[in-house]
Amino acid sequence: MDKTVNQKAWFLVLPVFLVVAFSAVLPLMTVVNYSMQDTFGNNQFFWNGVGWFKELLDPSTDLGGRFLASLGRNLFFSLVILAIEVPLGIVVALSMPREGWTVAACLIILALPLLIPWNVVGTIWQIFGRPDIGLLGYVLNAIGIDYNYVSNEVDAWVTVIVMDVWHWTSLVALLCYAGLKSIPDAYYQAAQIDGASRWAVFKAIQLPKMNRVLLIAVLLRFMDSFMIYTEPFVVTGGGPGNSTTFVSIELVKIALGQFDLGKAAALSLVYNLIILIVCWIFYTVMTNAGVERKVQTESEPAAEPKPSAALKPVPALKPKEGVA
Amino acid sequence: MHSIPGRRLIMGLFLVFLLLPIYWLVNMSFKTNSEIVSTMTLWPHTPTLQHYKRIFTDESWYSGYINSLEYVVLNTIISISVALPAAYAFSRYRFLGDKHLFFWLLSNRMAPAAVYALPFFNLYSAIGLFDTPWAVALAHCIFNVPLAVWILEGFVSGVPREIDETAFLDGYSFPRFFIKILVPLIASGIGVAAFFCFMFSWVELLLARTLTSVQAKPIAAIMTRTVSAAGMDWGLLAAAGVLTIIPGALVIWFVRNYIARGFALGRV
Repeated sequence: MDKTVNQKAWFLVLPVFLVVAFSAVLPLMTVVNYSMQDTFGNNQFFWNGVGWFKELLDPSTDLGGRFLASLGRNLFFSLVILAIEVPLGIVVALSMPREGWTVAACLIILALPLLIPWNVVGTIWQIFGRPDIGLLGYVLNAIGIDYNYVSNEVDAWVTVIVMDVWHWTSLVALLCYAGLKSIPDAYYQAAQIDGASRWAVFKAIQLPKMNRVLLIAVLLRFMDSFMIYTEPFVVTGGGPGNSTTFVSIELVKIALGQFDLGKAAALSLVYNLIILIVCWIFYTVMTNAGVERKVQTESEPAAEPKPSAALKPVPALKPKEGVA
Repeated sequence: MHSIPGRRLIMGLFLVFLLLPIYWLVNMSFKTNSEIVSTMTLWPHTPTLQHYKRIFTDESWYSGYINSLEYVVLNTIISISVALPAAYAFSRYRFLGDKHLFFWLLSNRMAPAAVYALPFFNLYSAIGLFDTPWAVALAHCIFNVPLAVWILEGFVSGVPREIDETAFLDGYSFPRFFIKILVPLIASGIGVAAFFCFMFSWVELLLARTLTSVQAKPIAAIMTRTVSAAGMDWGLLAAAGVLTIIPGALVIWFVRNYIARGFALGRV
């Protein structure tokens, strides 16, 4: 759709701009201010320049060591849950029932974990995994697996990962389901006529159609797992030792626990910068994908989407996308 | 839609995986504490409502739910009302800095709450909003407003531009067109956006806890403190947890047909 240039549109955007700027810009300025100073309490501040930033990026110092270690853990965590949740989400989306009341039932149950407050998610898994009163912990121990997420690092990690899979796979699944729903039936009929295998149907029709939603899913899941705080905090408290201390947990420890404002502010800025860069990469990829799609449809006036030459819909079943 | 072999089995297993931990919480909330600690029972053998009774009669407990609902509703109203015109602008017009503005909004949706906890505390203390629902409602705008703009933009783009043009030719003024024609057309989109604002404000704890102390304390924060102070009252904790799931479960019912589209931020 062509948009007209109209600078007056700024008036429509102004309320959003003001509300978000009030919550984002003012606090961010405080953070920048703190990050350059040191405090000895009593609201006395001393200029420290880029000292904190130097310390932060130097693994040999205490602050730098803690930051880089938690960053490493956090990246590893994000990669693991993406590697599990994305394929699992696709499989679940493909397993959705076709029609009837079961569709609504499945959708509602899928969405349920997403609406539970994050600390309650933590509480649920804290209870569920306990060897004495939790079903999971009890069963695992009963069949001879020595499982205890409080004292064993590996168990703590497994618990946090399974919890995240439980909590967020539905999001990926719902997104993929939305993508799958937008595929016209004619595509499948054409594939059937061509005798395409299930795998070919998935690769040539379903996957390309899910591209956009998958991108959104990966973006949301990466970001949210990268700033995860509440759930692991409730379950493991960052332990045992520091083994599940992610960046947000470290940051809150420094800021609200030790009240080391300068260090916390410097950490915040670097943390925010990383998020901003990743966000920008995704945003560019996403808008480029949108442009490409537009160019493609414009160059084909008939607006006939071609999954692949072999799977071209037969003329009688041509999807009427140009009309809609 | 084409499905894969064994889809019933996969779906069934996944749903069991989702429901089992929730069932365990519900199960525990109906047990007495002695039953929880002493034996492993798959369902409550001596069912009791004592934990729920305690929550509904003790003001320090049930006020937490009221506080939470208060700022969640406030936040949803603020977010939707500022996001609507912006969504229209992003969908219909090109203007100076529009792409940068959109990216800036998106980046705020992604900003970690932990970064803002301390500065928000300072900011809202300074302007005297600390420990009121307004503080939390405004703070949650930082991720909910961008989200609402994002979702609504997708829905507004689904409304054909001819409708705007016809309305203006018919002599509708802009505000009148907006309220009389556009809003009813994207009513489902507004519902979905409101649902998402409700959801993300409801599930967030870090900011809500940091910005309140006594008067406006959310239920999630009450859960963490009271329980650890009084030893471990597992049954009460479980009952409080179950009650936090209910509002979410209720709103899902209203948007069940739009959930998938909403999660795709209105752009499928």
